[in-house]
Amino acid sequence: MLAPGRAKPKPTPETRHFWEGTKQGKLLLQRCGDTGKAYFPPRPFSPFTGSRNVSVFEASGRATLYSYVIHHRQVPGFTPPYAIAVVQLEEGPRMMTNIIDCPQTPEALVLDMPLEVVFEPLDEEITLPLFRPAKGGK
Amino acid sequence: MLKPGQIAVVGAAESTKIGVVPELSQIGLHADAALNAMADAGLKPSDIDGLACVGPMMPQQIAHYLGIVPKWVDGTGVGGCSFMLHVRHAAAAIAAGYCNTVLITHGESGKSRIAATPRPPEPESLAGQFEAPYGPFGPPTLFPIPVLRYMKTYGVTHEHLAMVAVVQREWAAKNPRAMFRDPITVDDVLNSRMIAYPFRILQCCLVTDGGGALILTSADRAKDFPTKPVYILGTGESVETTMVSQMEDFTSSRAFRVAGPTAMQAAGIKHSDVDHLMIYDAFAHLPLYGLEDLGFCKRGEAKDFIWERNTAPGGKLPLNTNGGGLSYTHTGMYGMFALQESVRQMRGTAPAQVPGAKISVCHGVGGMFSASGTVVFSNERP
Repeated sequence: MLAPGRAKPKPTPETRHFWEGTKQGKLLLQRCGDTGKAYFPPRPFSPFTGSRNVSVFEASGRATLYSYVIHHRQVPGFTPPYAIAVVQLEEGPRMMTNIIDCPQTPEALVLDMPLEVVFEPLDEEITLPLFRPAKGGK
Repeated sequence: MLKPGQIAVVGAAESTKIGVVPELSQIGLHADAALNAMADAGLKPSDIDGLACVGPMMPQQIAHYLGIVPKWVDGTGVGGCSFMLHVRHAAAAIAAGYCNTVLITHGESGKSRIAATPRPPEPESLAGQFEAPYGPFGPPTLFPIPVLRYMKTYGVTHEHLAMVAVVQREWAAKNPRAMFRDPITVDDVLNSRMIAYPFRILQCCLVTDGGGALILTSADRAKDFPTKPVYILGTGESVETTMVSQMEDFTSSRAFRVAGPTAMQAAGIKHSDVDHLMIYDAFAHLPLYGLEDLGFCKRGEAKDFIWERNTAPGGKLPLNTNGGGLSYTHTGMYGMFALQESVRQMRGTAPAQVPGAKISVCHGVGGMFSASGTVVFSNERP
């Protein structure tokens, strides 16, 4: 369980499947049926074409570190310094997250390093997708 | 399409005090700036028939507080560049005949927080669901998110990004109203307190109280006002996303790439025509992105352009001549102060006046690369 104090997401009808997925250990993205391209954050239509022909699928959980900041001030739920990162998912979309099991330093957090998703419960209702350095060198 | 120079600024002023102003609430800062701008233009509230200010329910608050009966209002609120959009919308409204004399006001108790507006993302919003849980704590943690990617892509160093703050402090030193005026070096910046790596406190904007207001009318009426008219040659606007993590390209702002060129094309000007430039600098990377996205520099070359002092006092493209959000003032929505400096430069009344400047480009950002607005000014009617 993550330390208490983080801002807690409140799912909407359009995003509930994503948060149900993380509780089950799945990172669910959506795909545009017209272009075949994956997208995030969730919405019931394609941001590429406006088509409602979209589907939900489970992502591989593999990603690379795209960019980040290391925050040095006190924030509820965090022990500074901590990185606020954006990862590039293997399927294309990017998402904000935190990087765990890794020193929160510029030396350890190298852009483009391979990462893998881990699911950390915030409470009984919400589980957050976080990322850690990939094991097995995928 | 509006012709370049059809609309003019005939009144412009900041609040009497900027910086730390605990004796005024947010609405009081709006009113103080508005009254100063009306005095500058020789107008009373009853002369104003159009009103723009940022955010939901604000036009009616400000109209009632000041005693204005508007025939046209605009409450566009897209962050700190909202005022550039107000200028654009007001110009169109005046040209369309919806109103004759538009007042645009800003007031923000960013430092003292007297009746200030809180701005946390709602937990149901997309930013509330997909960014807020990961520990962002205001703009210093979000705006610099793309910087490391930009640095890696173009070989930008920490020294390059420190130089932005150094040069702007040189401009601020010439401005008695700037909050920070003492010279700083690249080493000073790189040894200042770390806020959100890669940025240190001297690479983050100030947090201040203040306000500003503009008054616009048709160029044909502008000659009857006490001050030298400042003509609007062209404007542009765009938005991208409220979530910095979702911006299309971390090395460039799509909103900048729409707003900037739209304004310059409407004005019918080339980059070499520009004598003075303002690029909203909430953080040290913004002038770099702005110089490249508006086409003043090629991709990856803004770092050297600034390092080689082209934007510094005496350089060929004076940039952020009031000291900018980094050293002059930053209430939270700094765009109004960038516009004020462009108007001062075009009137010839800026503390760090660019000699003979005829064209000024004023480029704003809203949110974290979320929105953008650009205004091209001139003191000559084409």
